[in-house]
Amino acid sequence: MTLPLARRSILSCISLTALLTLAAWAPGASAQQVVAAQSDISFTTRQMGVPVDGKFRKFEAQVAFDPKQPAAAKIAFTIDLATTSIGTAETEAELVKPDWFNTPKFPKATFTSTGVKALGGGRFEIAGNLGIKGATQPVTVPVTLTQSGGTTTANGAFTVKRLDFRIGDGEWKDVSVVANEVQVKFKLALTGVGPL
Amino acid sequence: MSHPPINRYTSTAIVLHWALALAILSSFGLGLYMADLPFSLQRVKLYNWHKWAGVTILALSAVRLLWRLTHRPPPDAAMPSWQATASRLAHRALYVLFFAVPIAGWAYSSAAGFPIVWFGVLPLPDLLPADKALAEAVKPLHEILAWALVVVAAVHVVAALKHQFIDRDGLIARMLPLRRSEQ
Repeated sequence: MTLPLARRSILSCISLTALLTLAAWAPGASAQQVVAAQSDISFTTRQMGVPVDGKFRKFEAQVAFDPKQPAAAKIAFTIDLATTSIGTAETEAELVKPDWFNTPKFPKATFTSTGVKALGGGRFEIAGNLGIKGATQPVTVPVTLTQSGGTTTANGAFTVKRLDFRIGDGEWKDVSVVANEVQVKFKLALTGVGPL
Repeated sequence: MSHPPINRYTSTAIVLHWALALAILSSFGLGLYMADLPFSLQRVKLYNWHKWAGVTILALSAVRLLWRLTHRPPPDAAMPSWQATASRLAHRALYVLFFAVPIAGWAYSSAAGFPIVWFGVLPLPDLLPADKALAEAVKPLHEILAWALVVVAAVHVVAALKHQFIDRDGLIARMLPLRRSEQ
């Protein structure tokens, strides 16, 4: 079966991109695999002092990481913001609206690492760009790695200022009701990471 | 002019009575109003104010109960024994409800997954685990108890007014904030 020319060139473009991506993320070894069932990304926001916990049910991560060569590491996250759960269906229905994540227009949040620094003792500092709702901000994320069996678990937490991304616009800009600081926590289980 | 025998509640009891009457009535009104509001910043504020007020009522009620257990209230007016019994039962019901209504509200908030942080500063322990089904079961309890409190309080007001304007026994002076015709 012959494909129309346009379609064929799109396909070869895609495979070329895939190859390049693999090459970029695989310095010698194959890229590490994320064990989705043992990974999660959650956050805590505060409403008039009351902690409100949420979770992103669907996200993807691409990790190319060799503990011996942290400077060469590449880490990228894509979070599907429409899958945010926050305890009550009513609040979840609000979250997708323009004042909050505006998921019809900005369905994904992204993180792309720009540099990884080893701090010793399994601790690393990952600098990168966080993109949410059309805005991009640099962030620095401390991560602690622990290994058990063939699995490496990365734990980390950092704080995002929601107003930097216009999350909670209009009347919701009032940080005395919804705090500006949002604590993001993640646990990522990886296979195929070399020994620390 | 000599002082009459002690026939008034102490200032502590009088202040607690009127402050709590005001707090309970406002919280009840606020509760009725906020329950039907659509999702908004204002609703988040009102819910939290209602919870802060409820916990304050609970704390002041504990002080009030302590006062009541350590003081003898001023003497009652002469009245038929069924009225004395009804009065005693109504006051007991009020005291039970002073605690039951805020505790049920607190439990509902816990079950709904919203721990109470008193005045946005003091986090209170959860009375129930966060559980949607449990929250739905406790919500009507809080509502029914609140209505019961308001109904018994209304009976209490009607009885006080009856003593004042029908029996004309001056009983209400025991709890009025201002001393008149003394000095």
